[in-house]
Amino acid sequence: MNTAPNRFTPAARALHWLMAVMIVAMLFIGVGMVASVSARHEWLLAIHKPLGIAILLLAVIRLAVRLRHPPPPLPGDLPALQKLAALASHWLLYFLMLAMPLIGWAMLSAGGYPVMLGESLRLPPIFPTNATAFAVLRHLHGAFAMLLFATFLAHMAAALHHGLIRRDGVLASMLPAAPSPADDEDPA
Amino acid sequence: MHDPAPPHAPLRRIGAWSLIVGTVAVAAVAFGYVGGWLAPRRLTPEKLVDQFQHNAGTFAGYRRNHAKGVCVTGYFDSSGQAQAYSVAQVFAPGQRTPVVGRFAIPGSNPYAPDSSVPIRSMALRFALANGQQWRTGMNSMPVFPVATPQAFYAQLHANQPDPATGKPDPAKVAAFFAAHPETAAFRAWVKTANPSASFATERYWSLDAFVFVDATGARQPVRWRMLPEAYDADATMPPAGDANYLAADLTERLARGPLRWQLQVTLANPGDPTNDATKAWPDDRRTIDAGTLVLERSAPQASGPCRDINYDPLVLPAGIEASDDPLLPARSAAYANSYLRRTSEEAHLPDTAAPTPEASR
Repeated sequence: MNTAPNRFTPAARALHWLMAVMIVAMLFIGVGMVASVSARHEWLLAIHKPLGIAILLLAVIRLAVRLRHPPPPLPGDLPALQKLAALASHWLLYFLMLAMPLIGWAMLSAGGYPVMLGESLRLPPIFPTNATAFAVLRHLHGAFAMLLFATFLAHMAAALHHGLIRRDGVLASMLPAAPSPADDEDPA
Repeated sequence: MHDPAPPHAPLRRIGAWSLIVGTVAVAAVAFGYVGGWLAPRRLTPEKLVDQFQHNAGTFAGYRRNHAKGVCVTGYFDSSGQAQAYSVAQVFAPGQRTPVVGRFAIPGSNPYAPDSSVPIRSMALRFALANGQQWRTGMNSMPVFPVATPQAFYAQLHANQPDPATGKPDPAKVAAFFAAHPETAAFRAWVKTANPSASFATERYWSLDAFVFVDATGARQPVRWRMLPEAYDADATMPPAGDANYLAADLTERLARGPLRWQLQVTLANPGDPTNDATKAWPDDRRTIDAGTLVLERSAPQASGPCRDINYDPLVLPAGIEASDDPLLPARSAAYANSYLRRTSEEAHLPDTAAPTPEASR
């Protein structure tokens, strides 16, 4: 149970990087499939739905891990505004990775579509059939996708800023175990 | 925890910042390209649906194509004969599956006279007992004019009315047909076609090919069609001067009793084209009678059960799959776009026009 206080737990790191790949792929799949009339539309859609549910399940596990194991503290000399931005953007990411699959699922339910994860695996509807609700949820799904991508860009830029400019160990706290966990890169 | 800045810090910082800005820029540009915002030449569902609106105007709350229609309800009784080729529950022997359907005419104007086009369409949503669905949109013609979404877009574009005359430019239409010889079969058919007086006497073809999958996983390319029981029996000329005779005819016939169609499934031979809806398969291909569609009631589309259904041809149950026909994903993508537009208008969302049921061009 005990881990170095300046690193995320191995479970948190594994979930972070696995979900990072899945969520970024999901965002590209999502905007790609709605902007395509080719066969891409069909197979991207076929990936989008089961991948979304996988992200939802992992996000629930990740939230539990996060609540059980508080993250390492941010550097003491980090300006208060940056600390606030870090905290707010992390919780925004948690909110979006849970909300996006649920909105997608509810949106298909409201549109009267069967929620098919594969050839014959079908999820039950989680929202009554309602065209108005479909329209609202569909627009929300798109808007939140843009917000999630923007938050991802900011998160990535901030991580690189910590790792390359400040070099304060924040990036290293999420990287795979290194020989000396307190440092990120060796400047020499 | 903070490393002291090395002596060559300024140069290093420039490099680090370049890396950060560059990484973010590459990610953003890639996203913009995949999402189509930075790929203006790509044919998108948005462009296809926009073109329908350019051609006929925008009718808020209505489907962007096949806008004029009527809802029907009934059921499908399976004969069991298709079960050898598809595990879809809808084909199990003796299986009865409820159906919500829609008859319509092509075009984006919901006030177009029924006689304005010689084509009628039948869309069906089968609600299978296992919760899966089969949605299909069929047309009363044996072949589609074009084989690809790009050609379809070009055809729409060629038919955009000239602002000066309010009609398509004949030269542009002729140029389109000259550039698209694959339209020949459709053009030959349309010369012989007359606007029918009834939805009930029409045959409806799937046009696109699909794939049936049996219990062993064997795949059989198919097309299907609905053959009317009322075929030709009651066919008359459309009443002159009445723009809306189809819905009235349907109501009148249904008052006398249910209307029936036989679902015929044609099995492709190896080598028959599955990716080209302009080419009919030879007449000698084996055809099975999958069952009987029985329609019992009709309802206006504004209040009927078909209103909020997107008849997306890629909503398919286990046992039926899409073929490699390039029109199928394009239809699916464009229908989704049309569905979002009209449901947004129904929901009175910001930046959408209010549905105007009384408006007329």
